[in-house]
Amino acid sequence: MDLIWEGLRQALALLLALDPEVLGITLLSLKVSGLATLISVVLGLGAAVAVALNEFPGKRVVIALMNTGMGLPPVVVGLFVTVLLWRNGPFGFLGILYTPAAIILAQAVIATPIIAGLGLAALQHLPPALRLQILSLGATRSQMIWLLLKEARLPLLAAVMAGFGGVISEVGASIMVGGNLKGSTRVLTTATVMETSRGNFEVAFALSFILLVLAFSVNALLTHLQQRGRPR
Amino acid sequence: MSAAPLLEVQDLLVRRGGATVLEVASLALAPGDVLALIGPNGAGKSTLLLTLAALLAPAAGTVRFQGEALDSERRRQAFRRRVTMVFQEPLLFDTTVGGNIATGLGLHGVTGAECTRRVQEAAERFGIAHLLDRSARRLSGGEGQRTALARALALRPELLLLDEPFSALDPPTRSGLMDDLGRILGDTGTTAVLATHDQAEAARLATRLAVLKDGRILQEGGLRQVMNHPGDPFVATFVGMESLLPCRVIAATEGLLTLAVGGQEIIAVGEAELGQGVLVGIRPEHVTLSLQIDKTSSARNQVPGTVTKVIPWGPFHRVELSCGFDLCTWVTPQSLSELALAPGRPVVAAFKATAVHVIRTDSQGGPEPLG
Repeated sequence: MDLIWEGLRQALALLLALDPEVLGITLLSLKVSGLATLISVVLGLGAAVAVALNEFPGKRVVIALMNTGMGLPPVVVGLFVTVLLWRNGPFGFLGILYTPAAIILAQAVIATPIIAGLGLAALQHLPPALRLQILSLGATRSQMIWLLLKEARLPLLAAVMAGFGGVISEVGASIMVGGNLKGSTRVLTTATVMETSRGNFEVAFALSFILLVLAFSVNALLTHLQQRGRPR
Repeated sequence: MSAAPLLEVQDLLVRRGGATVLEVASLALAPGDVLALIGPNGAGKSTLLLTLAALLAPAAGTVRFQGEALDSERRRQAFRRRVTMVFQEPLLFDTTVGGNIATGLGLHGVTGAECTRRVQEAAERFGIAHLLDRSARRLSGGEGQRTALARALALRPELLLLDEPFSALDPPTRSGLMDDLGRILGDTGTTAVLATHDQAEAARLATRLAVLKDGRILQEGGLRQVMNHPGDPFVATFVGMESLLPCRVIAATEGLLTLAVGGQEIIAVGEAELGQGVLVGIRPEHVTLSLQIDKTSSARNQVPGTVTKVIPWGPFHRVELSCGFDLCTWVTPQSLSELALAPGRPVVAAFKATAVHVIRTDSQGGPEPLG
């Protein structure tokens, strides 16, 4: 128990002191996972809309693949992204392995299927005739898509939260493609793993605490967006 | 129809999954017409509405609006801003009642004070002005459908399409909304097409009637024309002419026919040749029951028969008779008890000659009787 209290105390001390290293790690985590989520929202929602609004052969297979992708293990993603970005790999020329860009890429690969799968479920849950109703009110196709997304905003924002939650808390891929390099690719999760393995439990606790607050704050913001303007 | 057609359909063919689901040779609507499409489920009513709404591209044929063919996606898109459809479910957006009406107007580029004014106007028309700030998720079925109709009519569509908008409502709610919609359609002169499986609904709102079955229009014309002169036994039963009798003409004089059916003679108004087979229809509401023949009545047909069945039918009872031919009628609970109507009870069924509608005449003295 003492260990936990000491951890919380030290976490607070680190936070209040605005320790530059901790601050850097926190901001990097936020930036990397935020950008990864943003990319995933564009790609994932795009895929969800495309699949929801079109009929094509093999649609069920595509949906099954999207749903399987939601459970993609981060270490598997880490392995594939590492191999692809390896110096001799097909994308080695980019030279982004062990940079924040590699972590963003890996995290986007993890979050995109989550947002696509949950987003598709959200759109498919709308009444099928709603699309026709919107068009018959004179909407263009893009206005129709916008109104459908707006109509499904509750489950869609839940999908975004699930995507962000998945990548901000993910450690396997980040360590593999980022390398936990101090001052460059060290994020909250990888730093926590490292400090724990070194026996620096106080610091690990401090980092975990920050991670929790960060996850909570972002989700609180998204929840606010989700519930805003809902008539009672 | 004197005015130029607003909407014209020609040789329309709609396929789904390789099967033809709708085939309409021609259909025209004049401005101000309210056309009811009636028919059983799966007759193609919704498919026809979706095609008229330009939400479904036909496999062949043309739909013309004010003379312009809707033959490209661009034209259909432009046309969709002049037509609006209301579905069986209200399909409201997750916002307030006012927000729903405003969303439709916003799609038409109507915003600001003009939007507020038209939201208010449409809401007042449909008696939902007091609900404008209420969440659309917290409305009764009737209020929801009123909102959907207000959202549609606020756009001042040149053509309003209604796909069974009342069928999910309970009878009193349905009746009130039908009255309001009928009045509003009349006031605004909106041209409309209403799909329904209820002939009473059609009779209340429509000026024209089309009966559909298996993706085809069996008969289309003025409301009274189709209701009273169905050209086909299916149409006849669907417009409420429930007793269909195959008869033979035994006398024909000056527009009056004497017909033999089931060992009885009945008088009908119509033209046919002596000896010809005719199919006639009688509406249940035109048949009255008494215990004995009334010599003072103007009803030319008074036939003795026996009650075979009494079925509770909403506020009425449906009484089926055997008079040598089958006949049915509706009676009130009071008549049921006063005449002690029960299976086996002998009664006299009376109906006027004008209540016997000739639906079809066989080709001259055809050897095969109608059946």
